[in-house]
Amino acid sequence: MRFPPPQNPARSAPHRVVITGAGVITALGRGWNLNAEGFRQGRSAFRPVTLFDVSRQRAKTGAEIDIPNDLPPTHLPQKTARRLNRAARLLVTAAHEAWTQAGWAPTENLPVVLGTTSGEMSCGEQYLVQAVSNPNNQKRQPTRVAQYQLHRQGLDLCDAFGFEGPVTIISNACASGSNAIGHAFQLVRRGVASRAFTGGHDALCRLTFAGFDSLQALSPTTCRPFDAGRDGLVLGEGAAMLALESLEEARARGAEILGEIIGYGATTDIHHLTQPHPEGDAALAAMTLACERAGITPEQVDYLNAHGTATPQNDATEAAAINRWAGSRAASLPVSSTKASIGHLLGAAGAVEAIICLMALRGQWLPPQAAIEKNDPACRFKIVRKPMDARIEIALSNSFGFGGSNASLIFRRWSE
Amino acid sequence: MSKVFVHGLGAVSPAGWGVAALRAALEKGQPLPVNTLARPGWEKTLRIRSVPPPSERPEFFTHARLRRSGDMAKHTVAAALEALGGRAAQGRLGIIVTMLAGLVSYTRRFYEEVLRDPATASPILFPETVFNAPASHLAAYLGSTAPSCTLVGDDGMFLQGLGLAAQWLGTEEVDACVVIGVEELDWLVPNALRLFCREDVYSSGAGAVYLTANAEEALAELTAVTDSISFTLKRGRGAAALKMRSQLPRQAPKELLCTSVHNIPRRDAAENTVWEDWTGSRLTPRTILGEAFAASAAWQCVAACDALSRRDFKAANVSVAGASQQAIGARFAKP
Repeated sequence: MRFPPPQNPARSAPHRVVITGAGVITALGRGWNLNAEGFRQGRSAFRPVTLFDVSRQRAKTGAEIDIPNDLPPTHLPQKTARRLNRAARLLVTAAHEAWTQAGWAPTENLPVVLGTTSGEMSCGEQYLVQAVSNPNNQKRQPTRVAQYQLHRQGLDLCDAFGFEGPVTIISNACASGSNAIGHAFQLVRRGVASRAFTGGHDALCRLTFAGFDSLQALSPTTCRPFDAGRDGLVLGEGAAMLALESLEEARARGAEILGEIIGYGATTDIHHLTQPHPEGDAALAAMTLACERAGITPEQVDYLNAHGTATPQNDATEAAAINRWAGSRAASLPVSSTKASIGHLLGAAGAVEAIICLMALRGQWLPPQAAIEKNDPACRFKIVRKPMDARIEIALSNSFGFGGSNASLIFRRWSE
Repeated sequence: MSKVFVHGLGAVSPAGWGVAALRAALEKGQPLPVNTLARPGWEKTLRIRSVPPPSERPEFFTHARLRRSGDMAKHTVAAALEALGGRAAQGRLGIIVTMLAGLVSYTRRFYEEVLRDPATASPILFPETVFNAPASHLAAYLGSTAPSCTLVGDDGMFLQGLGLAAQWLGTEEVDACVVIGVEELDWLVPNALRLFCREDVYSSGAGAVYLTANAEEALAELTAVTDSISFTLKRGRGAAALKMRSQLPRQAPKELLCTSVHNIPRRDAAENTVWEDWTGSRLTPRTILGEAFAASAAWQCVAACDALSRRDFKAANVSVAGASQQAIGARFAKP
């Protein structure tokens, strides 16, 4: 965020911002195709957690990923690549797909904007355990400290693909991924950068799992967003990366355009550290702001990917906010929460859900959420329950986090 | 892009609560006394400089959001309120909080409970482990629903925060913005620091800068923030620091330089080399206060702006060669 931005007449703002690369890894699989197929069908990827002991937790399921042993080819030295932990491996895997698809070459001054809530928290857990149980043993402790730092994974990306940043890490709880994309969008839109590499990542770890379980926010059954009988969220893990660039630059190099970002709104809910305002005031403000900036009305939104965690409070609040925001459009507005398939990915959620919106826009289908028995009567909108094709020009994605960080992103189908 | 002005400064540091205490410590020029901190299961102690208790209990300690919060949130709010100077209610106030280690104390306590028995781990502790809890508490205390953002990275992230604030002001996302750098004290952090540099003394606290686009009665003008120059396999600290300086506007006589050096030759080499031709005045807050990452970078900016507003400098340059991520600089001028 250089200030003042370097003067470049060719970059006079505002610019249209397009997506020319997208990479994703979730419990549904690795890559666009496997995930698109899974989300289109509304498949669920939940299973018992095996990464750590959950025998004393209320909830015992998650959306764990079988991370491939081999990383995609990168510029990382072998030793460094071998040492990458779970979150970094997820991130590099998603980034490789986005980078390859974008067809970018290594360059200086490519901003990397990442969202995460805990980065490589498992390294912090191991560091604490060893520091307490064996205080004089420092073996591996420096590596754990280095990898625990959230920016380490951003620097790993720079080294993996041969560019040099700058690296910005946004940690706004569950809105981190959307905030990161929103920030990168603004950098390109305002001509501060002509490209930005952005997304989010988070890996399952014991501390976070136990934390949500302690709040009784985890479901002991399954994740059923907007269901009248919902009883909590299911945690997942994953990463998603997007290559953003100005339309001029994408066209000049003949890049394939996957979609366009047209709006971003961010607000703060000050009601409570972990509970949203019951009427969804800040959520409403984020959606309204994003629409104003995109120059659209709710009537023009063809699909809404909800934050929809499946906790009683979040979904009630979000339903109230969507009802208020959509007005008469609510009755016909298709809404779904894809957390029903892959769980809540925390810092990666907004980034993965951005890619799901792109998939829907490109494929012209609505992502269903199969695990719903009875709609919460608070929802005046139409919950997508079965796979279906649809004409979608504009999609909106919501992300709301602890601490009241709220973000909405708006995407448009790309057509020349 | 509109101009950006500094209208308030705040600090909580081992020197005490407030910018005046920070200024007094820096003017005295002597490293503050080193305290010790016990580490469980270890005979030796860790060397630290801790924030002394406030002389009077601040009123905000009783706010519902802050009663249970740790030092991180309390120091954030204290520094921000000092910087705002009672101007909190004016328009849309953006909040940017920067940090490296995060809310380590609550995180350690919560994880220790998890290790004992996850079924009885406290639901009160967990929400306070989240990186954006201090920003959230500050927003709630001030009643601000404008955007807030928590940036996590090494010490240079505070200067990235200044750049983000300038961007928000320039695009009228907010009417004003307070940027805070904060770190807290828990034995885990100095224990980690000594794995990399045994000579360093860890400290804690917060620093805050309040920015608007209004020139009237400003303390200083923020005239430049360089790119964040990452430390990568291709580019080490030295090259990054050199590029950082090359992006700062040309320096002139009667300017101040405020660096991140510690008086630890190995740690300071890159920055000392880059500024070896500097003949003007220098400020080196970390040699007095210790290493508190994002808070240290904030104290650098606070000290630079404070000196600019009180002394005969035309401009002040802030140089940060961060702990593990980036070199980045900023420049402030008399308004």
